[in-house]
Amino acid sequence: MSDHQRTSPKVIEVNHLVKKFNGVTAVDDISFSVNQGDIFAFLGPNGAGKSTSMKILTTVLNPTSGEVRVNGYDIVNEEHKVREAIGVVFQEHTIDEYLTAYENLYYHCALYKVPRKERKERIENMLNIIGLWDRRNHLVKTFSGGMKRRVEIVRGLLHYPQILVLDEPTAGLDAQTRFFLWNYIEQANLDYKITIFLTSHNLEEVEKVSRHTAIIDHGKILANGTNQELKEMTNTNTLERAFLEITGYSLRA
Amino acid sequence: MVMETVFIMWQRQIKLFIRSKPRIIGSIAQPTLFLLALGLGFGPVFEQTGEMNYIQYLTPGIVGMSLLFGSMMHGMSVIWDKKFGFLKETLVAPSSRTALLIGRCLGGATSSIFQGVIVSALSALFLGYRLGHPATIPLLLFIMLAIALLFTLLGTIIASKIDDFEAFPTIMNFLILPMFFLSGAIFPIANLPSPVQLITRFNPMSYGVNLLRETMNFNLNPDLLTDAAVLLFLIVVLLIVGSKVFQNIET
Repeated sequence: MSDHQRTSPKVIEVNHLVKKFNGVTAVDDISFSVNQGDIFAFLGPNGAGKSTSMKILTTVLNPTSGEVRVNGYDIVNEEHKVREAIGVVFQEHTIDEYLTAYENLYYHCALYKVPRKERKERIENMLNIIGLWDRRNHLVKTFSGGMKRRVEIVRGLLHYPQILVLDEPTAGLDAQTRFFLWNYIEQANLDYKITIFLTSHNLEEVEKVSRHTAIIDHGKILANGTNQELKEMTNTNTLERAFLEITGYSLRA
Repeated sequence: MVMETVFIMWQRQIKLFIRSKPRIIGSIAQPTLFLLALGLGFGPVFEQTGEMNYIQYLTPGIVGMSLLFGSMMHGMSVIWDKKFGFLKETLVAPSSRTALLIGRCLGGATSSIFQGVIVSALSALFLGYRLGHPATIPLLLFIMLAIALLFTLLGTIIASKIDDFEAFPTIMNFLILPMFFLSGAIFPIANLPSPVQLITRFNPMSYGVNLLRETMNFNLNPDLLTDAAVLLFLIVVLLIVGSKVFQNIET
């Protein structure tokens, strides 16, 4: 790793990323970067190539070509370094329903090599923040969708990642939980300088929380800038309108 | 740290097994039913041919059956974890995939060993099965571990390649049943027509059942080393294949 990369404030760098599935191009030569400490929204209609890009960024999928660096590390050759640097909250629940809340968090600590003597304290703090310490010994299958999501968000932060990746974090949640989560995420960003990389279809929420936004459609990045820039560029006054102007109004197959 | 990953995954698989009471009961009921039906039904016929006492013959076979069925079906947990997301959580973690695989498989193996032990105890209590020599118990547990590990690896590898919830049990049955019937678990395979005998040579379960039976009945002989070598060789092969498959698993 060169000195340039070590001191670079760019915490995610995507260069000419391409992903093909059996000849069909899902991600078509995209490039963008995310600054350290930013809250970056990655938006696109269904089937735009957003989820594929997210999977590549989180090392679940390998790219067909192109280079992706996360926290300075190559996602293909240094995947463990990348995995240590990121916390991931997936769109669907990825929590083990037949384990308790405490066990889920403890196992996460073990898989992420959190020092043994710090585990209990970290878990207790996290569960207190989301108001579930009293229910730590209950199986997660008895939890509501909002409670599961709260556990997943703090789980993503347990190993103190530099980057938190959130894929549709608030889909299907009630207003209270959404309010809580966005506040919590912003707080984590402010307090610990964690870079937030997120995607959501709720553009009103995204507009409130994000600072930079990239819009992807048909596997290509169509726009990339601050929310203000996107709105000015399209002559609109909300991010949602700007998004529709850029990606078009037609329904997706 | 690798050891902790193995341990954590092992512990998790055990917890899932223990927390599902219907699964525990079902996994013990099935071999018990086979033991009773075959033991009581075929016992008299078998003994008329002048072979050994059928319960002595059958019990190790049914223990092998518990290991085979329980271990292969344990692969289902991978499909389950794919569907309900937990697999992804483990795949984005900075942990060795091989360690994840070994931990999972050891957990599955442990629960099927538990079934095997219960079944042999039931046979001893109610059908008069007599263990050849109590000193072989540690060795037996080791043999059971080898058989169980072999088939949890096989089941897990197949499950990693299949996303279809409903196809998995069907495919498994298609593999498990011939392996079971042509292993010598419930009837001797030495006198089968030679084409069928050839198949039994390629059946890993034949080696497992023979090793298990001769050890349980304390009939130790040099051939058992071949059986053990075949099992260990297959475990190594499946570990290599499984690591590769787990390395490239995508959800």
